[in-house]
Amino acid sequence: MNQLGALQIALFAIALTALVKPLGSFMARIYQGERTWLSPVLGPVERGIYGLCGIDANVESSWKRYALAVLLFNFIGFVAVYIIQLAQGVLPLNPQGFAGVEAKSAFNTAVSFATNTNWQGYGGESTMSYFTQMLALNVQNFISAASGMAVLVALIRGFARRQAQQIGNFYVDMTRSTLYVLLPLSLLLALALVSQGVVQNFSAYETVELVEPVTVQSTQVTQQTIPMGPAASQIAIKQLGTNGGGFFNVNSAHPLENPTPLANVLEVLAILLIPAALCYTFGRMVNDTRQGWAVYAAMLIIFLPLAFGVFSAEQSGNPRFDTLGVDQVSSATHSGGNMEGKEVRFGIANSALWAAATTAASNGSVNSMHDSYTPLGGLVPMWLMQLGEVVFGGAGSGLYGMLMFAIVAVFIAGLMVGRTPEYLGKKIEAYEVKMASLVLLLPCVVVLLGTAIASAVPAGTGSVANPGAHGFSEILYAFSSAGNNNGSAFGGLSANTPFYNLALAVAMWISRFWIMIPVLAIAGSLAGKRNVAITAGTLPTHTPLFIAMLIGVVLMVGALTFLPSLALGPIVEHLQMIGKG
Amino acid sequence: MSELRPALVSFLLLTVVTGLVYPLLVTGISQAAFSDAANGSLIREGDKLLGSRLIGQPFSDPKYFFGRPSATAPQPYNGAASSGSNQSPTNPALASAISDRIARLRALDPGNQALVPIDLVTASGSGLDPHISPAAAEYQVPRVARMRNRPENEIRALVKEATEGRAFGILGEPRVNVLLLNLALDGKRAS
Repeated sequence: MNQLGALQIALFAIALTALVKPLGSFMARIYQGERTWLSPVLGPVERGIYGLCGIDANVESSWKRYALAVLLFNFIGFVAVYIIQLAQGVLPLNPQGFAGVEAKSAFNTAVSFATNTNWQGYGGESTMSYFTQMLALNVQNFISAASGMAVLVALIRGFARRQAQQIGNFYVDMTRSTLYVLLPLSLLLALALVSQGVVQNFSAYETVELVEPVTVQSTQVTQQTIPMGPAASQIAIKQLGTNGGGFFNVNSAHPLENPTPLANVLEVLAILLIPAALCYTFGRMVNDTRQGWAVYAAMLIIFLPLAFGVFSAEQSGNPRFDTLGVDQVSSATHSGGNMEGKEVRFGIANSALWAAATTAASNGSVNSMHDSYTPLGGLVPMWLMQLGEVVFGGAGSGLYGMLMFAIVAVFIAGLMVGRTPEYLGKKIEAYEVKMASLVLLLPCVVVLLGTAIASAVPAGTGSVANPGAHGFSEILYAFSSAGNNNGSAFGGLSANTPFYNLALAVAMWISRFWIMIPVLAIAGSLAGKRNVAITAGTLPTHTPLFIAMLIGVVLMVGALTFLPSLALGPIVEHLQMIGKG
Repeated sequence: MSELRPALVSFLLLTVVTGLVYPLLVTGISQAAFSDAANGSLIREGDKLLGSRLIGQPFSDPKYFFGRPSATAPQPYNGAASSGSNQSPTNPALASAISDRIARLRALDPGNQALVPIDLVTASGSGLDPHISPAAAEYQVPRVARMRNRPENEIRALVKEATEGRAFGILGEPRVNVLLLNLALDGKRAS
């Protein structure tokens, strides 16, 4: 590992940690309905929305009505994205004249964006009109993230309230997430990205004259297309809202989507910013910030070694090229390492850090091609997704997933000492443990079952791009990504086929909404409970001991469930690559 | 249906705010404050467009510096369809592509026995990477100087001009912009 690369990863962790408290406490104030410096501007907008919708912001609902609102609202979003894609040929803001999207692909994309997965079966610059990008995809980037944040806030209220029937008002939580958190941050990030060279306009694509024309299949190409569009505004929210669907096909590897190292560090910080800061919001709202820091610590402790692991694997390069006469050893004048599928301006360190961050969070944007990673370098992103997207995870969904692991962790600790488990002053009983187990196990089933089916039928194996064990890794990666709402891919897999469009859409739908429902059920159940007094026998949940317990449970579930399948893919490929297979 | 109205109306209103007002606001400010960057960082010569400073172009004539191999289809550096190769590290096709690229570089510059920097023979992630590493530029200096009958130091000075360091001395990697370098070799000033 080169030292400047390691230093960049360390600085990233420090910058992220420094932002947790300021943003986290700001979000806590927003969710508790306090006035902030944004209220004079956004307050009238917020009240106007409630007025037109006929919502009384002071009326809260039970968990069942909250869940119904989440499902209904997101279903409307799904339908809108589907219809806009089919109709884009006759809609405005389509300077390239793209036709309507093919129905199965449109269905997959609509599910993908409504579930905050943002898996891309299409190439943005060759498929989607500006109208679709803005009014279908960009809108989902905001509201799917805001929906996840709202469900988290409802769960936190479940812990914080005593003997209450209500857990909040979905429309208020979702609107506030959008207006006060996502919009202002996106505006700032979008302008910063434009200053670095990310395009933001409504022009048709430009055509430039090539300095040296190229001949392809005996026709001479003398010109190059430079794609345009309102990219920066979408890229900002796709990073902040843990969405990850790129404006262009290669996502943030595209020089017009991520032009400089400074743009890159802002984008990669934006991936983890909100999931990290929500830990502090959680601590504030349960009146014990130590609880929030403990969860944040568990996430960071899992994340950092894995990020350095990818870096180390990629920096080692590919032993198969050693005899070919290439220089893979990093020096002051080049980064060395495995550069296939990576951009020079990011080198190895910034590509590896991004790969770990985007799969730790359920973001799924990429700045390098994961399919071309070394076997172990590609294993880490895959495993980070398989851990259930709880190491930072999605905006809102990451932390509510991690709190399910915390419930299981106190349950296991309770079994060890023979006491009824408690978390944050609430008794954890059979109902909560059952629901939490459902949340933990459902994505595992979806991933493994989906991979098994796709590996067994010709429609599944026919899409594989690379031979051998790596082909299996491509399928496993796809279902790990869809089944945990991540959205990144081993891009060689031709996923824009009827089989994958439908199978992955089902995986994304189940993993998003069938998890939100048990989480909200726990919120409702906890809110109704009385507080238990803290005694000498209570397991404190802010100590290093509990942090270790929590990390242990996350890693155990992830390792026990997925080691066999990882052994068939990346581990076999690694042994083959180093010549021991 | 009392549940339907808030869902439908809030969806429509937030669509207007996040899908229309927000991107228009970003576009308005960007066009006023960063119009060159917001419009693709284009390089102009009179009213002719020579390229974008951020998008690489294909070069195969040995008098030019070569950029990264590009996996876009049908032609390399196709700006309308960005793409990486997505070849796995154990795919035999990748090793043989790299061998072929090395063989071509060696054939064009038989006296040069140095190891080839890895970025010069591996496809970029976007297929549009505008940069190569300073090491990959230095590897090509003797060839370009010979093809153009110009002293190596003169070529090196142009490479230096086209080189960007790490941001703040830390972030990212040092890199050479291949299109700007080749335009400078042809005596064209990028503006």
